[in-house]
Parts: sequence; C-alpha cells; structure tokens
Amino acid sequence: MDQFLYIMLYLQIGLCFFCLYRIIRGPTIPDRMVAIDIFGILVVGICVILAVLTDRMFIIDIGIAWIILSFIGTLTLAKYLGGKRLND
Amino acid sequence: MTDVIFRILLVIGVLFNFFGCIGLIRLPDVYNRLQSATKCVTLGTCSILLSLAVKYGFSEIGLKALVAIPLLFFAATVAAHALVKGSYSFGVKLGEQSVIDEYKDHADQKKNAGQDEIPGKEDTR
Amino acid sequence: MKNIVFFITLLIFWLALTFSVSAANILTGAAASLITVLFFGKYLTGENTGKLLQPARYFWFLLFLLVFIWECLRANFDVAYRVLHPRMPIKPGIVKVELGLKSDLAKAILANSITMTPGTISVDLVGNVLYVHWIYVGSFDPAVYQNKVAGRFEKYIGRIFD
Repeated sequence: MDQFLYIMLYLQIGLCFFCLYRIIRGPTIPDRMVAIDIFGILVVGICVILAVLTDRMFIIDIGIAWIILSFIGTLTLAKYLGGKRLND
Repeated sequence: MTDVIFRILLVIGVLFNFFGCIGLIRLPDVYNRLQSATKCVTLGTCSILLSLAVKYGFSEIGLKALVAIPLLFFAATVAAHALVKGSYSFGVKLGEQSVIDEYKDHADQKKNAGQDEIPGKEDTR
Repeated sequence: MKNIVFFITLLIFWLALTFSVSAANILTGAAASLITVLFFGKYLTGENTGKLLQPARYFWFLLFLLVFIWECLRANFDVAYRVLHPRMPIKPGIVKVELGLKSDLAKAILANSITMTPGTISVDLVGNVLYVHWIYVGSFDPAVYQNKVAGRFEKYIGRIFD
C-alpha cells in the first residue's frame, strides 16, 4: 500500500518538472503563464496523495485553498496581459 | 473492493496528468498547449479527488473531495478562457499549421477603435 | 428572492466543507453567508431565480450531466491520441459560431462546456457570436461546424437555463 502511494507521489512530482521545462524554455510570456496555471493544478493532486500517505487530513483543505488562489492569480495575470501588447 | 477502485482511479488520474504534460511539451503554440493541458490535467486531478471520495465514502474527507471537483472544473475552464483571450490580445500569433482565423477581423476592429485611449495608461500615473 | 437563494447555497457549501451540524457551527456559517450576501448580492442579475421551481429542468440537467461526462472522457482520449501520435495530426484554427441562446447564464455555461469537449476551447463572446479555437478544423462550411461544435449541448442548455 505504502509503496504504491510513494510511486504515485514521485510520478506526480516528476510531472511538475515538465511544467518547469516549459516555464524556463517558453518562447513567450503566455507560454510561461499556461505552465504556471497547470503547475497549480498538479499541486492539488500532490496534496491529495500526501494527505492519504501521511494520514493528516488537513492537507486537503490546503488543496482546496490552493485551487482558489491559483485561479485568482491566473485571472489577475491574464487581465494584466490583456492590457499590454507584444511590442510595448 | 473499494481499495482496488481507489488504486485504479489514482493510476488513471496520474496517467492523464502525464498525457497533459506531454502535450505541454510537444505541441507547437500557446493555444494548442492550453487545450491539451487544461483538459487532461483537469480530468486527471478530478479522478484523483474521486478516488479519495471512493476510499473514504460519505465522511468528512469524502464530501470535501466531492465539493472540490466542481470548484476545480469552473476554476480551470474560466482560467483557460481568460488565458486564451489575454494571449490573443497580447499579440501572440496562431502557429504556422493554422488554417483559419475568423477572430482576426474583430480583434483588428477593437484595436483600431481603442487606439486613442489605451486602457490603464492614463490613470496609472 | 435571489439573495435568499444565494444565502442557502452558501450555507450548504459551508456545511459540506466543515461537516458538522452543531448549533455553533451553523450559526457561524449563517453569519459568514450573511456578510457575503450583503457585500456581493448586488452583482447577481437574478433573471433565473423563478426557474428553480420547475421540476422538468432538473431532469434535463441530469441528462445533460451524463452527456457532459461522456464528452469529457472522449475529449481526453482524443487529446491523448493527438499528443502521442508521432506526426501529431493537428490542424488548428479559430472559427465563429452563432448561438441561439438568450440568457447570459446559459451562454456562460455553454462556453464552459465547450472548453471541456473534444478539441475546442472558447476564446471570446461578442453579443451572440462565440469564437472557438478548434484543434482539428474538419470543414470550412459554417453550417457543418456550427452543429459539430455547439449543437451537442445547445438543445440541453436551452431547455435548462432558457
């Protein structure tokens, strides 16, 4: 049981490195923001698996708060981006 | 029995997250990346949350996970919509493989109309 | 009327998150919901509150939920196929779709469900026209793609929210 959950946790953390690759290499700013948005959703999955693994259930509350905060952050950045141009 | 379903849903969730991240790396431009990433990663995380609801049944944890699913759905779709619109008005062109762009006329019209008053330039000081 | 519905929804949300029915907990939730309603109730349009009492709409909502989950699963396998294929069969473009819906809530729900269905993501809504980014543009005939993109959900959503 524990072995299986550890494997899933490491796989999920490994997926974050794909997002980090896109954040570092992204040719434009919107590319990076898409990767940050996806990173935020992946962290919720990590929170859930961690909660089952360590048997501390308050971590799910952190996950729910993380969804809302990531949503607000992405929305703010997208609004900011909408007012700018590429050649400014 | 519930343990088996829990494991299967968890594996499906991580697998879909993996597909979404592969799409984030491989696809050519922002819009396609956003498509693959939003769909796959949202459903993958929903599947992980659903596995939690299956494992704990109708209890504090299970209900919390079920409440988080619609929240995640609306948050992800609205964020994707805002990102597409923001990156289009930022000036990112569609990729080389694109075949049709019917939004261009409307965007040009809006840009010409708002030429003399750019939002946020005057009142920021 | 709309404020009462909003208050009850917020209270249910609070009870689902805290999962205890002691008197102190319900009182705290009611106070928090009341403050939220006082501050943010004025942003609701309230054009749809009367439709909450018509039972036929709930039946169509359940049917819509089933269709939506099925389309969602199909979307994921579709994206997985396109991503894992060595040559990546994509042909992206932005198309224009005319909507036959009237209320704002129905349009918003339709745009959200188009984002989660196979290969489409909604870009902008201008009046009654929805611009949709499509990962594989099948045809250039407006009548055909209109049906392909929006036709699956439009009849359900029209019956639920209009």
